[in-house]
Amino acid sequence: MSIILDKVNYIYGEGSGFVKHALKDVSLAVDKNEFIGLIGHTGSGKSTLTQIFNGLLRATSGDVYFNGDNIYDKDYDMKKLRSKVGLVFQYPEHQLFETTVFKDVCFGPKNLGLDKRECELRAFEALELVGMDKELFYNSPFELSGGQKRRAAIAGVIAMKPEVLILDEPTAGLDPQGRDEILDMVKAMHEQTQMTVILVSHSMEDVAKYVGRILVMNDGCLMYDDTPREVFAHYRELEKIGLAAPQVTYIMHALKERGMDVDTDAITIEEGFRSICKAFGR
Amino acid sequence: MGIVRTKDLVYEYIKRDEDGNVEAVNKAVDNVNIDIEPGQFIAILGHNGSGKSTLAKHINALLLPTEGAVYVEDMSTQDEDKLWDIRQNAGMIFQNPDNQIIGTVVQEDVGFGPENLGVPTDEIWQRVGDALEAVGMTAYREYSPNKLSGGQKQRVAIAGVVAMKPKCIIMDEPTAMLDPNGRREVINTVMELNRKEKVTIILITHYMDEAARADKIFVMDKGKVVMEGTPREIFSQVEKMQAIRLDVPQATELAYMLNKSGIPVPQDVLTPEELVDELCRLY
Repeated sequence: MSIILDKVNYIYGEGSGFVKHALKDVSLAVDKNEFIGLIGHTGSGKSTLTQIFNGLLRATSGDVYFNGDNIYDKDYDMKKLRSKVGLVFQYPEHQLFETTVFKDVCFGPKNLGLDKRECELRAFEALELVGMDKELFYNSPFELSGGQKRRAAIAGVIAMKPEVLILDEPTAGLDPQGRDEILDMVKAMHEQTQMTVILVSHSMEDVAKYVGRILVMNDGCLMYDDTPREVFAHYRELEKIGLAAPQVTYIMHALKERGMDVDTDAITIEEGFRSICKAFGR
Repeated sequence: MGIVRTKDLVYEYIKRDEDGNVEAVNKAVDNVNIDIEPGQFIAILGHNGSGKSTLAKHINALLLPTEGAVYVEDMSTQDEDKLWDIRQNAGMIFQNPDNQIIGTVVQEDVGFGPENLGVPTDEIWQRVGDALEAVGMTAYREYSPNKLSGGQKQRVAIAGVVAMKPKCIIMDEPTAMLDPNGRREVINTVMELNRKEKVTIILITHYMDEAARADKIFVMDKGKVVMEGTPREIFSQVEKMQAIRLDVPQATELAYMLNKSGIPVPQDVLTPEELVDELCRLY
């Protein structure tokens, strides 16, 4: 077990005029080496949840356990937790600041108090892992393209060697190829390092393609916690809360309704393609 | 005559070393000629670095041409006396709403534009109310913008432009940070402004389903306009789109794959409904 949330509540602005109950009795367990998608409409509590995971926000009530320890215990080492649960914010490239890509990636491990050699070793590994071109290691991070900047910023978190990596909308603002490259990179990294990955995304197509489990947040509650197929089978309920299933799922349902013998569970283009071909006897 | 025209537009980013010597010249926009009719809904597609945003910034004179010219309502963007007329006629929305909001209360932020135009106070409030209604943010008019989510902020930013009643709105990936619902609302709002108020819309986007709703699409690559046509004309060229690193809508991609494997679905389907109709016809 890596993270357990037990009846976690979070209330913003308690005692002020803008009280918002952002998380309501959220209980869940995240296992080692999972690839999880976290979806929900704007304001559903996704971001609050990610910040609870690494202790940036303290639950108003309820408990959070990391590897069996309650992170709200008085002598719990929060700093260590934050190095173990890495959070890549939206537009992480806005946080690049060093003169070279390599130095920027060293910043995280340096703050963990590691010696220079270890920092550099980790930075090197992290940059390799995110697929950064070696020729760019000593360039200014500000001269990189959008996709490369984002890789550099993700490498900065990877260099802390987290056990859990949370990515908040890692593909926002990237073009289709940049998006595929980043997500393929995250997937390869997940397979190589056994790291748990939590992907916060608005793209149902991306979530359907990559993750093994989906958490759906709605109005502060955990509404669904299941495999992509099971979650997207509830596409009508998802629509009611401002989400949707991948376009392919709609096509499959419409075909089925009109009498074609296809698999309505298909959630990626490839699955849809195979199922339609089969229905046509090919 | 179009509301927005470019003539042989070239824009070069010049990189200089410490002594001011030219190190490199990057042609971000390379000889672009476009002509946009009033009331059209235009989408501009292209991968990152293809020159879309640079082109967009020329339309309200945030950037001025290195060569060639840009005209908004027949006013050249290089004519300094017309600068404010051009900017009022061509409103701009950027990707990140945080960079566009300055008021401490939503309704004040939306009123900032018309106030600067010297609109009478009563009318400002009327416009603020209408604009917030148009983007579905009326309930939040007395909120502080920093209490809003990214998507809500973006709708406020759009309301701020709408309140200036521009003839043309240029949007640079306005939905990149929104959830599906937020995206739908913003795009529906944009469509409504286009259909009802006849506002010309120039939308830069990476979402192909948004572009599919446009009257016309320009595809940019390496600073040039490489494709121009209706969504149906553009998206049916799946291989060409993929060659310049762009997607097509999922329904179109599926139709293309089925067509290749011998199921004769037309390749120019755009929507799930069309694909379903075609497949049922063949079944």
